[in-house]
Amino acid sequence: MAETPHTEAHAHAEHDHDHKPHGWRRWVFATNHKDIGTMYLVFSCIMFFTGGAFAMMIRAELFKPGLQIVDAGVFNSLTTMHGLVMIFGAIMPAWVGLANWMIPIQIGAPDMALPRLNNLSFWILPFAFVLLLSSWLVPGSAPAGGWTMYPPLTLQFGASFPMLIFAIHMMGISSILGAINVIVTIMNLRAPGMTLLRMPLFVWTWLITSFLLVAVMPVLAGAVTMLLTDHFFGTSFFNAAGGGDPVMFQHIFWFFGHPEVYIMILPGFGVVSEIIPAFSRKPLFGYEAMVYATASIAFLSFIVWAHHMFTVGLPTSALLFFMFATMLIAVPTGVKVFNWTATMWRGSLTFEPPMLFALAFLFLFTIGGFSGLMLAMVPADFQYQDTYFVVAHFHYVLVSGSAFAIIAGVYYWLPKWVGRMYDMTLAKWHFWLSAIFFNVLFFPQHFLGLAGMPRRIPDYAVQFADWNMVSSIGGFVFGLSQLLFPYIIWKCVRSGQRVEGTRAWDGARGLEWELPSPAPYHSWTIPPTEAMIARGAEH
Amino acid sequence: MYRARLGIRPGIWLSIAALLAAAGAALPAMADESPRGGWGLLNLPVGVTSISRDVYSIHMMAFWVCVWIGVLVFGVMIWSIIFHRRSRGAVADVTLVHNTKVEIVWTTIPVLILVGMAIPAAHGIVLIGDDAHSQLDIKVTGFQWGWQYEYVGKGVSFISKLDAKSMAASELDSGISPYSVPHYLRNVDHPLVVPVGTKVRLLVTAVDVIHSWWVPDFGIKKDAIPGYINTSWFEVDANKPGVYRGQCAELCGRGHGYMPIVVDAVSKADFQAWLKREAAAEKAAASS
Repeated sequence: MAETPHTEAHAHAEHDHDHKPHGWRRWVFATNHKDIGTMYLVFSCIMFFTGGAFAMMIRAELFKPGLQIVDAGVFNSLTTMHGLVMIFGAIMPAWVGLANWMIPIQIGAPDMALPRLNNLSFWILPFAFVLLLSSWLVPGSAPAGGWTMYPPLTLQFGASFPMLIFAIHMMGISSILGAINVIVTIMNLRAPGMTLLRMPLFVWTWLITSFLLVAVMPVLAGAVTMLLTDHFFGTSFFNAAGGGDPVMFQHIFWFFGHPEVYIMILPGFGVVSEIIPAFSRKPLFGYEAMVYATASIAFLSFIVWAHHMFTVGLPTSALLFFMFATMLIAVPTGVKVFNWTATMWRGSLTFEPPMLFALAFLFLFTIGGFSGLMLAMVPADFQYQDTYFVVAHFHYVLVSGSAFAIIAGVYYWLPKWVGRMYDMTLAKWHFWLSAIFFNVLFFPQHFLGLAGMPRRIPDYAVQFADWNMVSSIGGFVFGLSQLLFPYIIWKCVRSGQRVEGTRAWDGARGLEWELPSPAPYHSWTIPPTEAMIARGAEH
Repeated sequence: MYRARLGIRPGIWLSIAALLAAAGAALPAMADESPRGGWGLLNLPVGVTSISRDVYSIHMMAFWVCVWIGVLVFGVMIWSIIFHRRSRGAVADVTLVHNTKVEIVWTTIPVLILVGMAIPAAHGIVLIGDDAHSQLDIKVTGFQWGWQYEYVGKGVSFISKLDAKSMAASELDSGISPYSVPHYLRNVDHPLVVPVGTKVRLLVTAVDVIHSWWVPDFGIKKDAIPGYINTSWFEVDANKPGVYRGQCAELCGRGHGYMPIVVDAVSKADFQAWLKREAAAEKAAASS
């Protein structure tokens, strides 16, 4: 067994050219966690711009009152497809991609535990999204009942309906397989000495996320299967005329849907918990508290689902329970924000692009948390529910939360993946454009919602015109500036300056930074030493 | 050093650009004479019912709690960002990784704040839920796309849909400016008429898909669901007669943006006169 980092690096250098398939076989038959991770990330990037194009059309239509670009039916398809593509196509696969790349490296494992399953879970996705996106071409166009698919509305759609249901089934299978793989990898393939409480937080948050995925994706599958049989086989699960209950769908959907929002944000907590210590040059404050807070949030996510449906006519006792449970989430979430703040306190901060995006996450996600707390207050929620206030809230937690954390993670680990550094100045432009115009885009939507503008409407009363125009301008600049991201990555891969040594960032800690850059095709074929693990687990 | 300066530069330039863009957007809009008051619409209306005022005070309490927590937390973050940066010679204190006392404090204080917020909110839930002893019952039925209002036991029932002018202007490329239509998309052919100073109970349901009945000035929103009859109530202040507008708040298909709600709150005497006229007119229409 190799005892020093030097021996390890040499051993890897020799392995580097081993067993690497070439051409299309490398990708179609991929079992290497890095190749599969790359495919997930590329796929997610394509979906990010696809969903982004839908968003641009939405903002263009809402630029001024009156209908100028699309009719009301197409508008509803755009909002529905934007939600589905961004959630299931962009955010979730990006997290699985980062998990594939980083978890084996961070726990000292040679690969994911189930490589062929890994291949399957990725390759289901392109087919699922070809099916979903091709629904634009069928009579009646793409699904237009909202990504939440509430019956009876969603049952009114024709040819696109079964396509939507089967696409969701495929995405669900992909997610479950991916989650099982992550659990098995973390439970079985940790290097000797990598105890649970020495794992990096990205691994911890992904472990908890995987349990959420395995628990709730089958619930979603059940819900959409019931929709399917209601539509085609004469059942009445959600049909009031047949003795069914349309509200039951909402209960089942949000039992999936609320944990789902934590599925999208918990790995982001993990990434930010790696980046802030690295650029504060200080270990993470309160590591164990962070782990327990993540677990508490995951637990609470199962008992707050009805806060998405306060206006459906719940009894007073249910309103009180779901309000109290929802407000409780602020406690572990607050602990996390305080811990990140304390990590920066008396640190030695620098502001490279990963840190900038992590800081934007910290500030803007916290604002999303504030509006979330306000939304938890039932009487006030009766005003906020289904307005642009909600739209602003969930974009603050999903875009400046999940998406910024993904971008931060890519900027943090990219030098490790490709062994080259990207153009820092361009990346800072990407940051400032994103951070400023994100707020121009979404902050005014708080005003619109409070002033009375419902969400999911293609046209609006003229008193909402001013802030909609500002929001659209913000949207166009925000959307266009995201094109910098793939360009920066492309430029880095082609011609970035080579990174010397193992550490791309002087404050970075963890097993990934014990490997040479770029990380060898087969890493940790010899487990890391105790000294390496101890260096990474300074907390 | 070189990197740090480069990093600030796009930030400053972009902030200036964003301000200029905002000013550029604001100026022509302010010069526009059309009455819309868009820029000033930033907050919930206080409204004209006891519920809406209660909701408003809960909303503002939650808002200020968030502002003050934000000032504190963001203040500490900004302090660190300014004073604990390496370019200022800050050296990391790597021993600062755990402090049980501080962690207990920042877990306990939020719990206390939340309890303080939950009490008025729970009171509000009870207030809004108390629909007993209503003086007038109106059955509200949502459909694709409009509302049917039935004054229970009064022999009055009618359908309320988007007005013709808004309808014409709202077509794709209609060529009609929305600004030329009074209350564009917020006007109906047949408004709901209610008396002020009277507890009105709504029995809300739907015939096809889910809709949601919402008038911000009343502080209530209730989903209209096939197979369900949800109840809600409001009592417009006796001194606040007027026309109050809202719209459907739950996605209900392509006409979702086109099913406004208009409530004409009138004095009790006017209401009785209107009710008599309306009942007679409907009887005449039914027998003819």
